[in-house]
Amino acid sequence: MYTFSNRLRIGSFIAMALGAILLVIGFVSAPSTVEEAKAMVAVHEEGHGGGHAEATVESHGEEQGHGAQASHEEGHDASHDTHLLHQLQNRPWSALYVAAFFFFMISLGVLAFYAIQRAAQAGWSPILFRVMEGITGYLVPGGIIVFVILVLSSLHINHLFVWMDADTVAHDELLQGKSGYLNTTFFLVRAALFLGGWIFYREYSRKLSLAQDASDDNSNFVKNFRWSAGFLVFYLVTESMMSWDWIMSLDPHWFSTLFGWYVFASMFVSGITVIAMVTIYLKSKGYLENVNNSHIHDLAKFMFGISIFWTYLWFSQFMLIWYADIPEEVTYYIARFQDYKLPFFGMLVMNFVFPLLVLMNSDYKRVNWFVVMAGIVVLAGHYLDIFNMVMPATVGDQWYIGLPEIGGVLFFGGLFVFWVFTTLTKAPLQPKRNPFIEESKHFHY
Amino acid sequence: MASKVIQALYNDDDVLMHAVKKVRAEHHHIEEVYTPFPVHGLDKAMGLAGTRIAITSFMYGCLGLTVAIVMMNYIMIKDWPQDIGGKPSFSYLENMPAFVPIMFELTVFFAAHLMVITFYLRSRMWPFKKAENPDKRTTDDHFLMEIGVHDNEKELADLLWETGAVEVKVTEKES
Repeated sequence: MYTFSNRLRIGSFIAMALGAILLVIGFVSAPSTVEEAKAMVAVHEEGHGGGHAEATVESHGEEQGHGAQASHEEGHDASHDTHLLHQLQNRPWSALYVAAFFFFMISLGVLAFYAIQRAAQAGWSPILFRVMEGITGYLVPGGIIVFVILVLSSLHINHLFVWMDADTVAHDELLQGKSGYLNTTFFLVRAALFLGGWIFYREYSRKLSLAQDASDDNSNFVKNFRWSAGFLVFYLVTESMMSWDWIMSLDPHWFSTLFGWYVFASMFVSGITVIAMVTIYLKSKGYLENVNNSHIHDLAKFMFGISIFWTYLWFSQFMLIWYADIPEEVTYYIARFQDYKLPFFGMLVMNFVFPLLVLMNSDYKRVNWFVVMAGIVVLAGHYLDIFNMVMPATVGDQWYIGLPEIGGVLFFGGLFVFWVFTTLTKAPLQPKRNPFIEESKHFHY
Repeated sequence: MASKVIQALYNDDDVLMHAVKKVRAEHHHIEEVYTPFPVHGLDKAMGLAGTRIAITSFMYGCLGLTVAIVMMNYIMIKDWPQDIGGKPSFSYLENMPAFVPIMFELTVFFAAHLMVITFYLRSRMWPFKKAENPDKRTTDDHFLMEIGVHDNEKELADLLWETGAVEVKVTEKES
């Protein structure tokens, strides 16, 4: 049995407390009037300069171009200012949402990986099942938090999703056309259905997994296999729809047919990375004595492979839109190219170039600190990936990785660590009666 | 120059693995083992140095990538620039996304093909080459271990019989 080390527990509490404080500061310091918003941006421009100010100046230049038509000038300025206010008000919410979704997505990615291992009846991985079950434990609190944020959006407490605003929809024919699908009731029903299905599978599979240890036949194992195969079908459909609902609908005019896969690749590689990191951590503390470097090697191979898979999907989505150059599609990337240069290209380096070069060598995939280091970069890169998916739609060029963003990561990171390691203490770290456990123990590449 | 070798045949890969370990423990030099299929872990048991083919693969991949870049730059930018989809080809960098699939494909193509050719050459296999295989049963269901003989024929033969060989013979070998 694993006992939660005090240092880690206190660390997770400190992270949560610090993160909560930073988030509160973010919420309190968000402007409530147009004047405050304008003052903030003015200070911002002076204070920070650099690429950020440049972007703002650019958009101002654009505005002047529009403003040249004297009759329009005043109205346009006013609407621009309220827009700015909304963006700044959205920022702490977006930071909260990105971090909440990111850590939730890790446990969902692990759940998919776990279900694949179960459905494939893989021989190498059963020894890691308890680690995976520990990480998917976060699905319950993480999913509920994301759901609560979505409910708050539906209640107009925040304005992350423009299509939820009745006034906007009234002036937008495209959104009216989509309102059969994109309306708050159906949106929340879908979210509840997705989360309910995932959490049900997680809890039920965990129950069967624990029951298998105590039983004297393989019936629980077989049942788990069947449920896992069924879950994967459910998951592939719902994960795709979830990505349209929770992320793609932030830009309700824009759509991409492979968006679901793209988000899936992101959550899958983040999940596998976290499995590897938790395993290495537990191993370093003297647990999981039967895990050998071949298991780590396999996880690192997955990290490497899925990183490239992610890049493939990212590029497939990008290249078609770039080549076709259709205005309503290409705006998505123009926003990112103009205002998000650093996170956008930085993410490509962190999620593709770095794991490609670092994890290519077979021997390096067995070196624990190498895997952990690559894992940290990959996780940061995929946080940025989600950041790039959400922020341009909600805060536009007013992004900054500041207090609320760091606070969000700290808070949910702390909660994630606390919940995952608490779940790990609940059952022995090595399954006893899994029919493949012997093979897994002696797994050797 | 002809050299004298002793050849032991086995009909099971597990027996062969144990035999290899035992022969090496007795400090005899195994010159070669012929097997009908790759035996997992045999290279380690024989004490062969790790393969360096991955390094060549990386270099061939880099070569393929370079060829693709130079080729597309010549074809699409330098030699005959066209305006495709409203994107005039005046700059490699600006048209780069369109070339990425070619860069990827040629990287894989070069890495894969040149690696196979390297493997064949390194294994000393080329067209019209006479087979080195001493006994054609090793292409079916037998495993053959070959050890150089240095006036210790009797001792070696006893050892090999002991390890479970189904046949032991001494032959002259052209090298």
